[in-house]
Amino acid sequence: MKLVACVKTTPDTTAAVKVENGKATWGDAPLVINPWDEYAVEAALKLKEANGGNVTVISVGGEEARIALKHALAMGADDAVLISDPALVGVDPQAVAHILTAAIQKLGGVDVAFFGRQAIDDDSGTTPAQAARLLGWPALTLVSVIKVDGRSLRVERAIEEGRQIVTAKLPAVVSLVKDSGEPRYPSFMGIRKASKAEIPTWSLSQIGIPVPAAVIEHVTLINAPVREVVCELITGGNPQEIAEHLAEKILGEKQL
Amino acid sequence: MNTLVYIDNFKGEALPASWEAVGVGKTLGEVTGLIFGSGLEALAKTAFEYGVDEILLADDVSLADYRAEVYATTLKQVCADQGCDVLLFPSTSRGRELAAMAAIDLNTGVLVDAVALEANGDKLTVTRPIYSGKVLEKVTCSLKPQIITLRGRAFPKPAPQPGKTGPVKKVAAGSGALTTVDGYTTSEGGVSLTDANIIVSGGRGMAENPTLQPPADLDAKQAEIWRAQQGFAMLKEMADVLGGAVGASRAAVDAGYVPYAMQVGQTGKLVSPNVYIACGISGAIQHLAGMRSSKMIVAINKDAEAPIFKLARYGVVGDLHQIIPALTVAFKKGLGK
Repeated sequence: MKLVACVKTTPDTTAAVKVENGKATWGDAPLVINPWDEYAVEAALKLKEANGGNVTVISVGGEEARIALKHALAMGADDAVLISDPALVGVDPQAVAHILTAAIQKLGGVDVAFFGRQAIDDDSGTTPAQAARLLGWPALTLVSVIKVDGRSLRVERAIEEGRQIVTAKLPAVVSLVKDSGEPRYPSFMGIRKASKAEIPTWSLSQIGIPVPAAVIEHVTLINAPVREVVCELITGGNPQEIAEHLAEKILGEKQL
Repeated sequence: MNTLVYIDNFKGEALPASWEAVGVGKTLGEVTGLIFGSGLEALAKTAFEYGVDEILLADDVSLADYRAEVYATTLKQVCADQGCDVLLFPSTSRGRELAAMAAIDLNTGVLVDAVALEANGDKLTVTRPIYSGKVLEKVTCSLKPQIITLRGRAFPKPAPQPGKTGPVKKVAAGSGALTTVDGYTTSEGGVSLTDANIIVSGGRGMAENPTLQPPADLDAKQAEIWRAQQGFAMLKEMADVLGGAVGASRAAVDAGYVPYAMQVGQTGKLVSPNVYIACGISGAIQHLAGMRSSKMIVAINKDAEAPIFKLARYGVVGDLHQIIPALTVAFKKGLGK
């Protein structure tokens, strides 16, 4: 099977992100592969192990995008492609959907394109569905379980009400949620291989599309309002006393 | 302005965020409700009561199960036939996906997860959390229609007006199915985390009750999980008294205490209840990112230095295994249950 996983580099989840001079900054917090995308790479590797084939990882971005690609290579992906172009500044998620679509079409013969459910920086979560729509492939989003049967996929999707069980023919787009399987840690050999890997860079003209127009206009960034709260510690002689005092306080707030 | 609001439903039952979206639509003018599915007369009636002025109803057996491609094509046709300046969706799993596809189909953009909306003439500017709410961005889209999804519980739910009705216009179901739905496994029931008014959440601390005696045939790890599950059962009892839902920290999920569906945080569910009671949760930045928009936070933790206390209105430094059962009794008494 020809498998693709689309990945992005983001600040680590522990990064204290704040706005400085109109830009989001995260001090010296490390850049990592978007945690959701690790599930996408893991799902692709599992499918390869079960059915044979190869896994290509793709990222759109600048030099920082290599961090996610190298991590995926270290996990065991076979090849990586970086789509980078000076014209891609402040590119929005919808433009990324167009670019990834063009890259997947250029690779040709792809059976499944895997995505994480969303990137933890922009938090849009729209790229998988948009890429599927552009490719004309079924969008199997928020997937927690995958089974392959010949040329069809049967998945369980995590929805508000539980799981929806869906079948579709290949090729398909699949986006993963967390309980699809813990991503493996890169092996020592994997890390060595990834550090030596030459990652080809494709420009937009090489994948045959013009610079996608930005559809979203960013007006301003603001820091999340600081929660002005002073914690009132509830104390008492025994747990019953504390509990009664606390219940009285909570009920007194009239929020229940 | 021609405002269409997608009313997300599962088997004829609307998700509450749909009514919040109707409420937002009403601040812009008249609202046309979009209802897709099968056997939905009762839902249409409810939608009028929540303020919808007119309904476009695609009621067809082919729409009985949500399938992205068929629903998106139905939506595309409706927008082409009826015209559309603003298209609002609740940020549910289906709402977000359809909004994303509609942006492609209608050659426009999509602004997801709005927590605030400003109208400047015809132009809408959205405030949306990014980096899990550590930062907010204001965004807008110059293309038409303006497609926006609205974060659940970020906008008030309109009060229903019993007996209010309006015209229902039938529209055709789209084609282009690429999937078949084989069925559902439903979650255990109870209040959903994202809709909950009250959430009682547990962390690693749930396993730390030395007074419990696990069955003898369990190994150390199994005994730890068993202990934690007794702890979460205790939280469930309190949540039931309060009419709330039970959540968990990532640490509790990763330790195997509870399923991932219960995880609150950056890589779990983003919640904003009126009251969030954090039990044995220290408050890692990833957890705080998922619940910081709760109206009131209460923390119970044995570690007085736990970061969670910095966000909490009320706190108890103590043993939650003693406090929670007593608190459940106190709530029962206070609520006259």
